[in-house]
Amino acid sequence: MSQFNAFVQKEFYHIFRDKRTLLIILGMPIVQMLLFGFAMNMEVTHIRTAVFDPSPDQSTTQITRRIEANPYFDVVGQVHSEEEVNNLMRQGAIDLAVIYESGFHRNIVHSGEAQIQFIADASDPNRGTVATNYVTGILAGYQQEMMQLQTIPFHINTETRMLYNPQMESAYLFVPGIMGLILMIICTMMTSVSIVREQEQGTMEVLLASPLKPVTVLMAKTIPYTVLSAINVASILLLSFFVLNVPIRGNFLLLLFVCLLYILLSLTLGLLISTLVKKQLDAVLVSGIGLMMPTLVLSGMIFPIGNMPLVLQWSSYFVPARWFITAVRKIMIEGQGIMTVLPEIGILLGMTVFLAVLSILNTKKRLA
Amino acid sequence: MNVIEVSELTKKFGSFTAVDHISFDVKEGEIFGFLGANGAGKTTAIQMLCGISNPTSGKGTVAGYDIFKENEQIKHNIGYMSQKFSLYEDLKVWENIRLFAGIYGMNDKEIKENTRRLLKQLDFESERDTMVASLPLGWKQKLAFSIAIFHTPKIVFLDEPTGGVDPAARRQFWEMILDAAYKGITVFVTTHYMDEAEYCDRVSIMVDGRIDALDTPHNLKQQSQAQNMDEVFRKLARKAKRIN
Amino acid sequence: MGKSVLTSPAIMIDVRDLHKSYGHTVALAGVSCSVNDAEIFGIIGPDGAGKTSLFRILASLLLPESGSALMNGVDVVKDYEKIRRMIGYMPGKFSLYQDLTVEENLYLFATVFNTTIEENYHLVKDIYQQIEPFKTRRAGRLSGGMKQKLALCCALIHKPEVLLLDEPTTGVDPVSRKEFWDMLRQLKKQGISILVSTAYMDEASLCDRIALIQKGRFLGIDTPQGIISSYRRSLWSLHAGNVRGLLKSIRSYPHVRSCFAFGESHHVAVEEGFSERDFQQYLSSKGYGQIHLEPISPTVEDFFLDMTIDN
Repeated sequence: MSQFNAFVQKEFYHIFRDKRTLLIILGMPIVQMLLFGFAMNMEVTHIRTAVFDPSPDQSTTQITRRIEANPYFDVVGQVHSEEEVNNLMRQGAIDLAVIYESGFHRNIVHSGEAQIQFIADASDPNRGTVATNYVTGILAGYQQEMMQLQTIPFHINTETRMLYNPQMESAYLFVPGIMGLILMIICTMMTSVSIVREQEQGTMEVLLASPLKPVTVLMAKTIPYTVLSAINVASILLLSFFVLNVPIRGNFLLLLFVCLLYILLSLTLGLLISTLVKKQLDAVLVSGIGLMMPTLVLSGMIFPIGNMPLVLQWSSYFVPARWFITAVRKIMIEGQGIMTVLPEIGILLGMTVFLAVLSILNTKKRLA
Repeated sequence: MNVIEVSELTKKFGSFTAVDHISFDVKEGEIFGFLGANGAGKTTAIQMLCGISNPTSGKGTVAGYDIFKENEQIKHNIGYMSQKFSLYEDLKVWENIRLFAGIYGMNDKEIKENTRRLLKQLDFESERDTMVASLPLGWKQKLAFSIAIFHTPKIVFLDEPTGGVDPAARRQFWEMILDAAYKGITVFVTTHYMDEAEYCDRVSIMVDGRIDALDTPHNLKQQSQAQNMDEVFRKLARKAKRIN
Repeated sequence: MGKSVLTSPAIMIDVRDLHKSYGHTVALAGVSCSVNDAEIFGIIGPDGAGKTSLFRILASLLLPESGSALMNGVDVVKDYEKIRRMIGYMPGKFSLYQDLTVEENLYLFATVFNTTIEENYHLVKDIYQQIEPFKTRRAGRLSGGMKQKLALCCALIHKPEVLLLDEPTTGVDPVSRKEFWDMLRQLKKQGISILVSTAYMDEASLCDRIALIQKGRFLGIDTPQGIISSYRRSLWSLHAGNVRGLLKSIRSYPHVRSCFAFGESHHVAVEEGFSERDFQQYLSSKGYGQIHLEPISPTVEDFFLDMTIDN
């Protein structure tokens, strides 16, 4: 058997004999998925609501009273201009604004039609959606009751506006995010730790003193972790499809290809980290915590990139997860084809090559 | 008076008997050599005597306290140092002294006075602020030993204290051990240097979890008609069946 | 050329004036030596003397600051890839895979060196047979002595020309140490050159030639016998009844250069002008009884102690 194969086999022995770590690696994505899935479905309460009613009349008073009476809403008060609504929203003092048009009741009576506007803070997309859904429901209930009492048919036009997150990136979107985070952390951490462990335990010293090329050692490390990560991709996709009912709208093979590319990128990043640190603990800190924050914050997974200060927007270009998550969203949720994700694929590929070259250049032939 | 009394002490890990019904006494102020091949069960036995590990069966007292029930009192009355861990490398000399003295409950005033005295005794005053990591091994071990007996324990356990230490420092180390013994501290020591076994008042040799021989070095040599302790050891340890 | 081969053994390792330091710490302050073909050459000295740095330079794992080292004519810096095929290296720290079995470790290292266990089994057979009953046991669960045997097998499996063994017997009990040295003798017979380091002075006599090392310098290079015969002083062994304070009393005697405990006796190195009778009287006057004093021949350890006091 060739040196390379023998080495890959050895890596698999290491992995399968460390049952606890294996359990964590394979269990973490499942736990994360369920946690996020559960958190996303949590009930939304205490929706702080402001009402702008330029011409109070019997209809608006009744609608407002219904909102006030609903246990999910805390009406914080009446405001007197749209500008005031905007200010409160910006300060984060309210989650929802209800804006009646002037002469609301008169319009119903005269033309059978009136306008009402809901503005929601969608920086937490879930909360924003739920708030507008609730308030729309209250309005619908009111309309139905009025229809039964009155003979004149009428219609209230609602206009909903989501602030700060206008595309309404909602509940589904955490699935690509989780994939981006989990794959990045597992791949980088496991590869870097397993290499640094050999340095710490002294086995690397023997390998270096042998004819084996250090690059062969590094390459052999990537194979088993690619396999493990593929299992993780599978379990995430299965969970999201069957348990969380997230559809896979686009081409499945294209999705797998993007995942594989991202896995390779993360592995090479792990190799690079291993050439830079000396202790297993450092490897864990750098690949775990060091990558977790940028991946969480700058990938668009939680906070929409469009709302960030420019400097952070630029920084996000360097976060691989950003491109991965965008590509997966396009394929999985929006159902788009290969042409639309070519830029992301190109960027991920470029990053992989760059990191691979860097880590090979950085691989030492001798002890430091 | 005996400071260690052990009878039929046994420790099993599953079906494996690491320590197999050992019985012995150690007298006050004695230097007791605890020898044995790798894997003979020395470390397990020491762990039980120090109150870190509970015996499977048997009984024993250390410094007058029961090794089953009075672990905490035992820990207050013993000192411990080993080759593997003795001092914090990333702390300075005085910080190590302060730390261990604090662990044994000395008050600040005592610590201050004793630290000064100790550094003077060791001729270490200039190294007070040196990081332990940058001391030569021989110095580290001398310092570690001084710290292990800083709280004047009844017994000090030394687990291969001189491994890798240069010959001169090794002898200086043993002079410190002899000194401590004269002052009444009982010394319980393991070593792979057989010439060091000669410095002991009595020596026990463990083979396969049992104590195969226990006597003065002089008598042991006579009994097995050997020139030196190295020969005694080899004759006895060669009988070992257990390989683990 | 042909003539010199007949008269002097071929040189396998040639070390010239190696220097190495880490920051302000000097590890090697210019060491030179040569190891002959099929010779057991011991580097003997305490921890921190520079042994590991020397081994790592020879194993092509560290670059020296200056000086050179050739192994069978191959430069350890320039031709490091060739060197790595020639040597079998056992670092000081146990460096096999603890979670792989005995068998798997040996197999892996055979493959790493592009060979098979079968091809060179004759080399490791005698050693491997001792651990073969445990071939399915994980290496991490072997005793110290068995670990060393396995590590030696792994270092030998590709039939190296030179074995570099850095403190193979540290922390190993006397019985296993003895067995280990017996194995080295067997390997020497098969024509392998062995460079071995140890902190145990008593192992010096098991080497063909030794270099004593302290603080990055060689204190002497010779056969163990040669080292001993270069000992400059006369040495006495002293037994006494009560020993408390004896060392101090001996050391304060004018003609005594040094005195150290050696097992049950004290070794007293003395200067010229020492008289046995005067010394006996001096000790009696200090109150020591049952004094037994006799001249002895020194050991390598006595030589080492004498040299290190000089520094």
